[in-house]
Amino acid sequence: MRIEEHPILSFKRGKKIKFYFDGKEYEGFEGDTIASALHAAGVKVLGHSHNHKRPRGFYCAIGNCSSCLMTVDGEPNVRVCIEKLREGMMVETQKGKGVLK
Amino acid sequence: MKTVEIAVIGGGPAGLSAAINAASLGAKVAIIERDDQLGGQLRKQTHMFFGSKEQYASTRGVDIAVMLQEELKKYQDNVDVYTDTTVLGLYEDGVLTIEQSGKYMKLKPERIIVATGASEKFLAFPNNDLPGIYGAGAVQTLMNIYGVKPGNNVLMVGAGNIGLIVSYQLMQAGVNVKAIIDAAPRIGGYLVHASKVRRMGIPILTSHTVKYAYGKDSLEKVTIWQLDEQWKPIPGTEKDFEVDVMCISVGLSPLAELLWQAGCKMVYVPELGGHVPLRDENMETSVKGIYIAGDVAGVEEASSAIVEGRLAGLCAAKSLGYANEDFEKMKQEYLQQLHSLRSGPVGEKIIKGLSKVTVQGGI
Repeated sequence: MRIEEHPILSFKRGKKIKFYFDGKEYEGFEGDTIASALHAAGVKVLGHSHNHKRPRGFYCAIGNCSSCLMTVDGEPNVRVCIEKLREGMMVETQKGKGVLK
Repeated sequence: MKTVEIAVIGGGPAGLSAAINAASLGAKVAIIERDDQLGGQLRKQTHMFFGSKEQYASTRGVDIAVMLQEELKKYQDNVDVYTDTTVLGLYEDGVLTIEQSGKYMKLKPERIIVATGASEKFLAFPNNDLPGIYGAGAVQTLMNIYGVKPGNNVLMVGAGNIGLIVSYQLMQAGVNVKAIIDAAPRIGGYLVHASKVRRMGIPILTSHTVKYAYGKDSLEKVTIWQLDEQWKPIPGTEKDFEVDVMCISVGLSPLAELLWQAGCKMVYVPELGGHVPLRDENMETSVKGIYIAGDVAGVEEASSAIVEGRLAGLCAAKSLGYANEDFEKMKQEYLQQLHSLRSGPVGEKIIKGLSKVTVQGGI
């Protein structure tokens, strides 16, 4: 759900960017974060809690709260609310806590 | 290891103002911001500011962010701007460890101004972790930076200025705000903002809190209930709201981790949002050479953050031998501005809080 008309702000959207979320193709715009692109596409659940497997979305959207951790291009624990979208990015729901390679 | 005269941590209103002042007086400054742009929370504030012309009254926050950056550019020979850069640690020997776009480095400044801001508080109720429940600032970011609607129907929790302003901004973005609730018996924000949202038909329910949130994968419904004079919920007063978004706007707490790590003496001051450092009139903490400005010094508004930034920038520069001539005049001017910004009823609380942590003379 993108804002198309706004009384104060004008949104100059950059070029379209293709990325993948759990294998499925999605589209966002240059300047989007992963979280904003997913949210615009209607994806609110970004992961699950470790013990009770409860659904998790973002909370703060500025990189403070770590509620939005996902695996991006193979790297776990990426805060997707501040990670900018790049062409061809592979975004995955993270299973477990992730390991350092 | 790189060195610099003054490192400013945080590129929001406080940090920008500190950097501008210090650089304008001749000090070499590094301003460090974890986001890819300077401006901090100003970048999402579409409302006009109050105060007087020194704090950019009647100007929108987004425009103030641009104006401050333009001002900083005037002194670019004295300023290094590090964006996409996060300070990881502030050590006892005064070394900052830093990550810049995946690269690790160290910086040894002679003075440090910490202007890291604050983060949003949370609220306890069943299912408060459901996606669709966001900080009010997060929703502001999503809408005003990225142009994305958070959902269709919103319940706003908190009738302070942020709750009221973000409700108005949601309506501007074409999102329906069902109600604003607040546990307190009175609206915490300015009456101007409250009247604006009321004119748009949004009810403000004071003495109400969240009882329960419902939803399978994301928020579908919220039940609220009324509180009595002792802030106890009254059974039978439940109301349901079919909403896909709930915004939590119940205050901010200072992002003071670096100050703790540096060993600054910290005091818990509820009026200022949580643990804040002891400071003197020059905004210097108990650790010599570490200054503070903005919400990390006590949660207030961007206007006072700007003035505190100027004051901290001035004093840090002065301690390095700059600004000798006009120092006392400038300092008194900033203290006077802060005094008038804190003169309203909201200011009473701030002044009470500050009296617990401001030490006259040296710490």
